[in-house]
Amino acid sequence: MDTPGVEEKAAEIKARQLEMARQLVSHIEAGDEESAARLIEELGRMHESVLFQELGKLTRDLHESLNAFRLDSRISELTQTEIPDAKERLNYVVSLTEDAAHRTLNAVEASLPMSEQLSSRAGDLARHWQRFRARELSAEEFRQLSGELGEFLARVHDDAEAIRRNLSDVLMAQDFQDLTGQVIRRVINLVQDVEQNLVGLVRISGERLSTPDQKKMQDKRAEDQNKGMGPAVPGTAGASDVVSGQDDVDDLLSSLGF
Amino acid sequence: MKILIVDDFSTMRRIIKNLLRDLGFNNTSEADDGSTALPMLQNGNFDFLITDWNMPNMPGIDLLKAVRADDKLKTMPVLLVTAEAKREQIVEAAQAGVNGYIIKPFTAETLREKIEKIFERINAGG
Repeated sequence: MDTPGVEEKAAEIKARQLEMARQLVSHIEAGDEESAARLIEELGRMHESVLFQELGKLTRDLHESLNAFRLDSRISELTQTEIPDAKERLNYVVSLTEDAAHRTLNAVEASLPMSEQLSSRAGDLARHWQRFRARELSAEEFRQLSGELGEFLARVHDDAEAIRRNLSDVLMAQDFQDLTGQVIRRVINLVQDVEQNLVGLVRISGERLSTPDQKKMQDKRAEDQNKGMGPAVPGTAGASDVVSGQDDVDDLLSSLGF
Repeated sequence: MKILIVDDFSTMRRIIKNLLRDLGFNNTSEADDGSTALPMLQNGNFDFLITDWNMPNMPGIDLLKAVRADDKLKTMPVLLVTAEAKREQIVEAAQAGVNGYIIKPFTAETLREKIEKIFERINAGG
């Protein structure tokens, strides 16, 4: 961290060293050994003191940077709780999307063969029905067709209901988009926060940062709670004191006279 | 029965809309947060409000409070459908006068049950 003051000082020292070196040459030329020896000693001392000053400055910078890191409560909060939290949140997103995909695939896999079989069976029966309309069926064949039609209608009734259930399951499985979206938005906010803090740290490195303000942290928590915090992600800091499901909500509300 | 569905995620609005249609409620409208929902409620003769909590601008809890503070709207039944799961928040919603609270993810059956319960109470004069 060079400042104009330090540069000026270095230039001044250099000028003095040059001046002393010139004196040293003239002392040696004049055969004044005593003065020459004194100058050499002084030059050595000066060199050491410049080195010590540089070292001292570096040590101070390092110390202040370390302090700045330690003192920035926001950064320690970020690294100690929020970044591990964010990892849990993202893992939760992965498992929610995986579940939703499996639920959807299960419903599709159960429905596809049903609709294929309904379609091919309906095709067979339609051909027989055509022959009946063209008066090509014998009485015996018609009795058989009539029985098959009755069976088929019962099956359409059941399978259509099963397919409807599977489709509602696909519908409900899409709730992952809302839940994961809320979680991801929180992680995005965190990433922005980290970014700002890192930029700030680079800019002010060395300056002392304010100590954590308990009241500010509490206000932020209350504000978060009012805005809504999104789904409680298991294993994250916000997951304490949350209800475990609809039954819990119902119990809590009924204890409040609902 | 005219119902307003408020959620910032269009996918969730579609899910709720489809479930309501299954339950025989075909007259629904949608809003994406409290600040767009409130003027719709004030001008729209809605009978029932279903809202999320966590939304930009105006969250569902503030919408609920605004509805309860509005002379024309204050008796409207309000159902919160939300992922907000803190006990403190549920108590806050109850104190603000919510009629039902459904936690996401939920099932079609839960939605039906809670809506029926809300209207049973209203019909019983409660």
